[in-house]
Amino acid sequence: MSLISTILGRLVKAVITLLAIAVLNFFLIHAAPGDPAAVLAGEAGAADPLFIEQLRARFGLDQPFHIQLWTYVKNVMMLDLGYSFRQGAPVIELIADRLPATLLLTLSAFVISLSLGIALGVAAAARVGRVSDSLLTTLALLFYATPLYWAALMAVLVFSVQLGWLPGFGYETVGSGYSGLARAWDILQHLILPAMTLGLFFMAVYMRMTRASMLEVSQMDFVKTARAKGLSGPVIRRRHILRNALLPVVTLAGLQAGQLIGGAVLTETVFAWPGIGRLMFESLGARDYNTILGVFLVSAAMVILFNILTDIVYRIVDPRIGAKT
Amino acid sequence: MKFLKTTTFLIAAGLAQPLIAQEAGGRLDIVVQPEPPSLMLGLVQNGPTQLVAGDIYESLLRYNTDLEPQPSLAKSWEVSEDGLTYTFQLQEGVTWHDGEPFTAEDVVFSADVFLRETHARLRSSLAYVDTIEAPDDTTVVFTLKTPFGPFINAFEVGTMPMIPKHLYEGTDFANNEMNATPIGTGPFKFESWEKGSFIHLVKNEDYYLENKPYLDEIYYRVIPDAASRAVAFETGEVDVLPGGSVENWDVPRLTEMDNTCSTSKGWEFFAPHAWMWLNNREGPTSDVRFRQAVMYAMDRDFVRDVVWNGFGTVATGPVSSKTNFYSDDVTIYDHDPDKARALLDEMGYDGEPVRILPLPYGETWQRWAEAVRQNLQEVGIEVEIDSTDVAGWNEKTAQWDYDMAFTYLYQYGDPALGTSRNYVEAQIEKGSPWNNVEGYRNPELDLKWEAAATSASAEERQELYNEIQKEIVDDVPVAWLLEIEFPTIHNCNVQDLVTTAIGVNDGLRDAWIKQ
Repeated sequence: MSLISTILGRLVKAVITLLAIAVLNFFLIHAAPGDPAAVLAGEAGAADPLFIEQLRARFGLDQPFHIQLWTYVKNVMMLDLGYSFRQGAPVIELIADRLPATLLLTLSAFVISLSLGIALGVAAAARVGRVSDSLLTTLALLFYATPLYWAALMAVLVFSVQLGWLPGFGYETVGSGYSGLARAWDILQHLILPAMTLGLFFMAVYMRMTRASMLEVSQMDFVKTARAKGLSGPVIRRRHILRNALLPVVTLAGLQAGQLIGGAVLTETVFAWPGIGRLMFESLGARDYNTILGVFLVSAAMVILFNILTDIVYRIVDPRIGAKT
Repeated sequence: MKFLKTTTFLIAAGLAQPLIAQEAGGRLDIVVQPEPPSLMLGLVQNGPTQLVAGDIYESLLRYNTDLEPQPSLAKSWEVSEDGLTYTFQLQEGVTWHDGEPFTAEDVVFSADVFLRETHARLRSSLAYVDTIEAPDDTTVVFTLKTPFGPFINAFEVGTMPMIPKHLYEGTDFANNEMNATPIGTGPFKFESWEKGSFIHLVKNEDYYLENKPYLDEIYYRVIPDAASRAVAFETGEVDVLPGGSVENWDVPRLTEMDNTCSTSKGWEFFAPHAWMWLNNREGPTSDVRFRQAVMYAMDRDFVRDVVWNGFGTVATGPVSSKTNFYSDDVTIYDHDPDKARALLDEMGYDGEPVRILPLPYGETWQRWAEAVRQNLQEVGIEVEIDSTDVAGWNEKTAQWDYDMAFTYLYQYGDPALGTSRNYVEAQIEKGSPWNNVEGYRNPELDLKWEAAATSASAEERQELYNEIQKEIVDDVPVAWLLEIEFPTIHNCNVQDLVTTAIGVNDGLRDAWIKQ
């Protein structure tokens, strides 16, 4: 099967999956106790039934359940994510507002963890059994086991409060009036702590996986052949071992990439990073149905998209995969 | 005890000259938690909205920390002897942030049209109002159907904010696009809002009070994690932590820092009063002896000292000591486990477990529920803690699905505004967590609550409220816990931050920074 038709087939399946997810999400969110009108009224500190009825009517919650569901599915099919009555703005706008900050954070973490993870994994494999290898693997185990929330707070305490090297939270210096390069530099400084914190866990995972996979592949016959024909160590590692060892890493990277949108809730919360994870979490507490459903749907679309991309990357890394099917 | 005078008030502006000269200029960074859903105070009245929008919008009156009315958009006012007519003289030369003049017509529109439709809490006060009229541009007259004692407290900015008629008349209020860029008459104007990061307000250069406000700009900072908020204050990133924005155990550490001030003032109007609703309808909690046993079983001093780090006052009954018409001539429930056991024996409590619903507002409330559970277990009451999130809590209390449920409510300066709603039979209605959720019925007391609300004489009101408090405390319709205190922590260079009964909400008009 050609690459194009594979992708087309996957896309058709993706649309069906997405619709199923949308419906499932709708049921799930409505199964949670409470609704947005009650939460809004609750926050006002006083409410009479008339007030709550007014809100429900405005939010369309007075309609029968199946009508609400149908309206929602219809809107989703027309790519309309609806309106957040709580925030008084279309959901797509709310998401678009937060998207750049989240992508900046998660993509940086992705790049950091993938590049450092693979590099350290290769280094550790090359020094297997030596002190430096033990040191690296122990470090990886530590990062792997540290709860993200704790690591984040410690990073703030050490690098921001004690040492004063880096800003502890926020996306940029508020009210600084920076523009152009100065602003980019400012944002970069704010980015370092959250991106490192978020990247640590996956870096450890990539490193352990790369190391194990490298060691496994290096025992194979074709590596012996390469060595026998006189290729140098680094060339064998790069061209023969690493390339074959990367497949499981790609699989994991696809999983991490799927979380690019919704996977940084904790990091965004501790570092006051104005991203989508927080939008989702806060909307969940407020039962802001349309916003939660919107974020869920966009996240689901990302997961599906990256699954497809992962499959394509497989074919590039290992051409045998396309040939088999 | 505090009485509200219903005679004539006439207070000239600039009553007391300050001893130190205020310095103009500077920027203030204040934590706002959580991020408000909207800044349109006429539509949304949750805490964070009131905090930020209190700088943008104004009302006819402000209140000092003794709850006495002070001039705001009204420079003077008069209440007739019979308590039926309230006449306000407005300040002259006031303009909206878009340059349009503010007139008496705006007041009539705000109270009679806009807020009557959108503001549930004000609506219950407006039910006593017959007409609201503007005989000329600077005079507004409220005429009541019957006297309503607490009416003078209804002119606070979160209760009756002034809404610009020229922007809202004839529109769909909830969907008016001006809601995103609020226009008020207040000392600060809305500048920008980076969702998830900050709200930026700037000085209103055309403010009607000379030299005010002093500050150039305010940033309300959104920092979602409590520990990070504490760090933000430690590193000097923010200057002000409004009450409740950090966990209690961080308060001593922060207030010990150099140049750090804290105050418990500025909450008198709200006087947050915490209790547990005890379901009066069914289960062991329907027996008054069980409810009294709960009161004796609880060690409320311990909770105040340990869980709340010493902040707060043990509540004696339904009315806060900070609210008008408080009385302490009631039965006092000390921590007395033996008395609690005796009461349980007398009623023949069979060990039927009770469910406690904590308030999902963070770690402090969770620990509080655990402390109560331990106290109750000590006297032999079986307890299960039933945890949920905010929406779930709303749902369970509003649907009466609980045995004991933590809550706290604002008192709004007067028992008729913030207290009676939780105890009179007319307020028993499913669907709201802000009424008589416990299902307490006492027709005799209902008459007294009503008489106290509609009396024009402060002495008579005090008399009635004394009787009510004495009687209701013996019935224990709910288990009163604490008058909660939320200290405001700030950099000491920030001066005159908390001068009113709603504190930081409207305090920035007068605040300034010592250089």
